[in-house]
Amino acid sequence: MAESDLALLQERFDYLTERESADHLAVNCPADKLIEFCTALRDEFGYDMLMDVTAVDWDAQSPRFTGIYHFLSTTKHVYLRVASDCPDDINPTLPSLCDLYAAANWHERETFDLMGIRYEGHPNLRRILMWDEYPYHPLRKEFPLAGIDVPLPAADVAEQTKASVIPAPMMGGPFVSSGDGPMSQTEPRARDESWTEKKEKPTD
Amino acid sequence: MDQKTVAYDSKVEGEVIVTQADAVINWIRKNSVWPMPMGLACCAIELMAAGGSRFDMARFGMEVMRFSPRQADCMIVAGTVTYKMAEVVRRIYEQMAEPKWVVAMGACASTGGMYRSYATMQGVDRIVPVDVYVSGCPPRPEALLDAMIKLQDKIGRESAVKNLTARKANGATPAPEMAGVGKDS
Repeated sequence: MAESDLALLQERFDYLTERESADHLAVNCPADKLIEFCTALRDEFGYDMLMDVTAVDWDAQSPRFTGIYHFLSTTKHVYLRVASDCPDDINPTLPSLCDLYAAANWHERETFDLMGIRYEGHPNLRRILMWDEYPYHPLRKEFPLAGIDVPLPAADVAEQTKASVIPAPMMGGPFVSSGDGPMSQTEPRARDESWTEKKEKPTD
Repeated sequence: MDQKTVAYDSKVEGEVIVTQADAVINWIRKNSVWPMPMGLACCAIELMAAGGSRFDMARFGMEVMRFSPRQADCMIVAGTVTYKMAEVVRRIYEQMAEPKWVVAMGACASTGGMYRSYATMQGVDRIVPVDVYVSGCPPRPEALLDAMIKLQDKIGRESAVKNLTARKANGATPAPEMAGVGKDS
């Protein structure tokens, strides 16, 4: 079913290209055609549910950011992944799908918060997880895993308690589970236990 | 009761009981702890269980969970404190009536727990003075009850009268015990 969908879609929209995928059908769509394409997806191809909005940071590449959308057809029971490169690497933007899918609202806010992609036309593009004044986007590749030292969001609390936002102590982390074997032996542990907060991470 | 209480001899004293103000005040305080459940994550479920019939915190005179900070004197921080939430936790603490105590329930509230991440405050003691830390992820209700009994012991050892007069002389500055908090910032 999914393969025939691809043929139909490509026949109708000549700017689509098939995207390499390990599971479901995936297509690349240029950012300026996204609204037109998704409207047709919803109204004519039965992809009536927007499951997820996220993004990929390709770090040194250009285009650096790719917005990812997962659609589900509740009648055909198939998924479709749509990927759309952000034209600008410095101030990445994508059109907002809020008018098409109500689910896009919070998802796009989350992606904006953590990846810093602006969704043009979003009715309320505010941070959703981090506080409003937070200057960074934590899921970007250049953001350190433990975080960055910044002032506490509440100025009066910071003044009274002298507390600030500190990088989280990693103690050789991140802590990962090997995932196979009995649970007693797959407790999450640091891959590189040669360093701690007291003993600096060796530089190579 | 602790050693400060003087034994009561009804033949000598009649209807008068002689004791020390400290002992009386502490006895009243420690047997009428009104906790403010600051439930933020999974620990809050264990906190609810501690209040339920199986564990029944009421047996220890601390069952009066108050959801208004003005009617509570013991904040039980149960769960992960994110930096976004930290302001609210501190604000609620400030709204509580003096004297007040804080229990950090579970690994997250005590140290950030497994959340070694940019979003999680690495221990609620960075913004509020904690009296008792409870280990566990999440702690069982018994552990919380034990912590609350420990807190009662601590309240019983306080010099309540001295604190009262000292507070008055200082012009009632809020939370003077905050001085040593956040030393690593």
